[in-house]
Amino acid sequence: MNYIETQAIIIGGGATGAGTLRDLTLRGINSVLIEKNDIASGTTGRNHGLLHSGARYAVKDLESATECIAENRILKKIARHCVEDTGGLFVTLPEDDPSYHGKLLASCKFAGIPAHELSTKEALALEPNLNPDILSAIRVPDGTIDPFRLASANVLDSTERGGRIFTHCDVKSLIKEGSAVKGVQCYDRVKGMDFEIRGDIVVNAAGVWGQHICGLAGVELKMFPSKGSMVIIDYRINNIVVNRCRVPADGDIIVPGDTVSIIGTTSKKIEYNEIERLIVDDDEIEVLLADGEKLIPHVSKTRVLRAYCGVRPLVDISGDIKGRDISRGIVLVDHEERDSTGGFITIAGGKLMTYRLMAEMTANLVAKKLKVKKKCSTHRIPLPGSEKKIQPMKQIKKFTGIPGSVTGSTLYRHGQRVHNILTKDRKNYGLICECEMVTAGEIEYALKNLNVKDIVDLRRRTRIGMGPCQGELCSYRAAGLFVEFEAAGAKDANIMLKDFLEERWKGIKPILWGDSLRETEFTYWIYQGLFGLGDIPEGDGKK
Amino acid sequence: MINLENISFDHCIKCTVCTIYCPVARETHLFPGPKQSGPDTERLRIKDPYLVDDSLKYCSNCKRCEIACPSGVKIADLIQVAKFQHLKKKIRVRDFFMSRTDLVGRLATFMSFLTNFVINLLPVKFFMDVILKIPFGRSFPKYASGTFHGWAKKKMPDQSKFRTKAVYFHGCYVNYNNHQLGKDLVDVLNAMNIGVITENEKCCGVPLIANGYIDKAKKNAAHNIQALSRALGEEGTRIVSTSSSCSYALKYEYANLLELNNATIYDKVDYITKYLYSQFETGNIPPMKPVNLRAAYHSPCHLERMGGVIYTINVLKEIPGLDLVILHSECCGIAGTYGFKKEYYEISQSIGANLFRNIEKADVEVVITDCETCKMQIEMNTPYEVLHPVQVLARAIKNNTR
Repeated sequence: MNYIETQAIIIGGGATGAGTLRDLTLRGINSVLIEKNDIASGTTGRNHGLLHSGARYAVKDLESATECIAENRILKKIARHCVEDTGGLFVTLPEDDPSYHGKLLASCKFAGIPAHELSTKEALALEPNLNPDILSAIRVPDGTIDPFRLASANVLDSTERGGRIFTHCDVKSLIKEGSAVKGVQCYDRVKGMDFEIRGDIVVNAAGVWGQHICGLAGVELKMFPSKGSMVIIDYRINNIVVNRCRVPADGDIIVPGDTVSIIGTTSKKIEYNEIERLIVDDDEIEVLLADGEKLIPHVSKTRVLRAYCGVRPLVDISGDIKGRDISRGIVLVDHEERDSTGGFITIAGGKLMTYRLMAEMTANLVAKKLKVKKKCSTHRIPLPGSEKKIQPMKQIKKFTGIPGSVTGSTLYRHGQRVHNILTKDRKNYGLICECEMVTAGEIEYALKNLNVKDIVDLRRRTRIGMGPCQGELCSYRAAGLFVEFEAAGAKDANIMLKDFLEERWKGIKPILWGDSLRETEFTYWIYQGLFGLGDIPEGDGKK
Repeated sequence: MINLENISFDHCIKCTVCTIYCPVARETHLFPGPKQSGPDTERLRIKDPYLVDDSLKYCSNCKRCEIACPSGVKIADLIQVAKFQHLKKKIRVRDFFMSRTDLVGRLATFMSFLTNFVINLLPVKFFMDVILKIPFGRSFPKYASGTFHGWAKKKMPDQSKFRTKAVYFHGCYVNYNNHQLGKDLVDVLNAMNIGVITENEKCCGVPLIANGYIDKAKKNAAHNIQALSRALGEEGTRIVSTSSSCSYALKYEYANLLELNNATIYDKVDYITKYLYSQFETGNIPPMKPVNLRAAYHSPCHLERMGGVIYTINVLKEIPGLDLVILHSECCGIAGTYGFKKEYYEISQSIGANLFRNIEKADVEVVITDCETCKMQIEMNTPYEVLHPVQVLARAIKNNTR
């Protein structure tokens, strides 16, 4: 049995867990992160990727709003390559309550969010695809954020500084000595072996799954799982985040995320035992597309790529209330104080936007317990890839002679690390993913540096298979590269390929009509008709 | 701002058949093919215009990708629009003059003897190669003396005696280089009891579009739409053109690329063989005598795109004594002004190489094709004379009257 000793153990590789790992490593605290799936595979990667200005919360939840605007400013500095400063609009439609507009402006002013009223003409000039019937518009400093890149960059920074991460590892039980938690028993699903990590403090950053982890520690914490669904549009139909100026409800935002646009979000209460089997319901898709069309009429003409859903990690503080009314505030529990269970901390609630703040709060508590004096520096030190302002494209082009679309896309995904990827090498002159411009060089970089265990992980690091063809042309090439770069054997690569296409299929199934249906049919011909992929036996239970 | 006009790229299912059919991608690695340059990168250009690839310039706009596409994506249009919207514009003397076929034609026909002499002098060719980047090895079409339009105005036989009439859009090539084709058309139509009307037309705009002079192309197009609509007059009158690319432009490029309203002429424009065939079908076949000719037929890309090849073949089949070899459909490589540019010359030549070999193998006396630049390319690369279908038809009719 493998045995690892460290100071702090973090359970959960979402943004908060990754942020905590980075914060602790920066303070010189020896830390290990354990994640049952992949970095940002849970709630972190299952939202619309809005870089909140806080305006969405300003009317109802002042605390969240002020946290958001503060973090918004920090992230624009430390995570330049993970965010895009698109700006945002709040538009009032003819059917909406016009008084919300004034409320929002006043609340934003009170929360310190720079919000400006625009004439409808100005708003339409900024975003020409907007519904021309809007009554009023407010401009706010919203943006977009890529949660996969953000979490991965946090992990990358800490691993480069000595932090360690284990993905695809289950926490089987917590090791308790007396009433104190002293470590975790784990099972590595890729290697198929048990191992044990011992440390002074265990941080439960498992989000909505934190209820289960608390259970393992013998303490009670009730989560309030609330499902949110979104649909992805094939290409950008807007360049600015478009919010509907009304009391938050379903389908009132369209976010331009990288090459696509995302319509969000619904809110549905679900039972805790359903969180592993989330499905997007038909009525949710109907609502999202119908309301999306009201904001940007072009929605009705486009192909819908997929639908997906995540579960909000809200902490149930009182009784049975609706998902949107629960505070999205941060909940940090020191179980030594609450339950006299030493060495165990839970961090829950909050939002992707406030991941850094949550990590800072957690790390402060860990540092206090470990008597480490060093202060938090995550708000100052930029993430790897964001060290410098984005370089002008021209210089990079000259340097490598690689097409602008490839250089630009790689730069967008990896920031300054583009220099480690786009070297003058054969690997970078052919594309693996033709929709999102991923070269074999980028895949090699991801396999060697970014904790990639399978093709689904690779997708989160590189956007492979996230374009209109949804893996039709890139997945078998990627599976081949796993073997070529010695990241997997041929048999495992085949299973990975199958798993990846199943994962893609899961998101396509709810929106299977029109061009998506044709595309899927074609993919089916290739993988089942030509390659007989469905005949590959299931994995041996490792994955 | 996101320009969401040609959203046909959304229908692309990435089958890549367009790239298989792309003659440029087959010959050079510098062009990643229509799928990559069209629908794939269009999404990126919508996200950020900086994500444009210089390789777009290698597209010759032959439109074979659009013929191949099973999803109706207007791939070549996407690429052309991206080219002139996003690529940095280089102002070049060569491109300016090459795209102004009207201007150059008028100057050249003024002293055609001198032009034809000077253009083939070695020092001049050398100068053009080095300074203007027009390839040394390229041969040029001969300029005629005067214009076809001038001939039509003054010397054309009286057309008023014909009840049915057709408006003839002769195009620059007939106007400045090959008067005989125009005269042959008049003979053919007259033999079928159809009168010919010519209008004061401007260049259709194809070379202007290819070289990125979109505003000028729009001006020409607007002029032509107006002039042709005016000339239509009576009910049932059709507009015909002996150039496949001109008719393609009048019918499709005006609306799709230049975003002009050509509804008044859209239904009326026919490439000549479609018009002739529709007449033949009603029984209006001119009396002909055998031409006793073995010929190879090459189908031009833009005619393929219009679906017009079948009409040309059907018309040719009506000509007695014509032993026709139909060549495998492939691009000759010239693509208008593309093959006249030094940077694309080699690509252009290698695209056509297979066609030239097939022509040699066919063991024929002449080659027949609908397009004037295909003619230039084939005449330069094979020892054969290249005729227009209308010219062969005229020959058969003349044999009869003789």
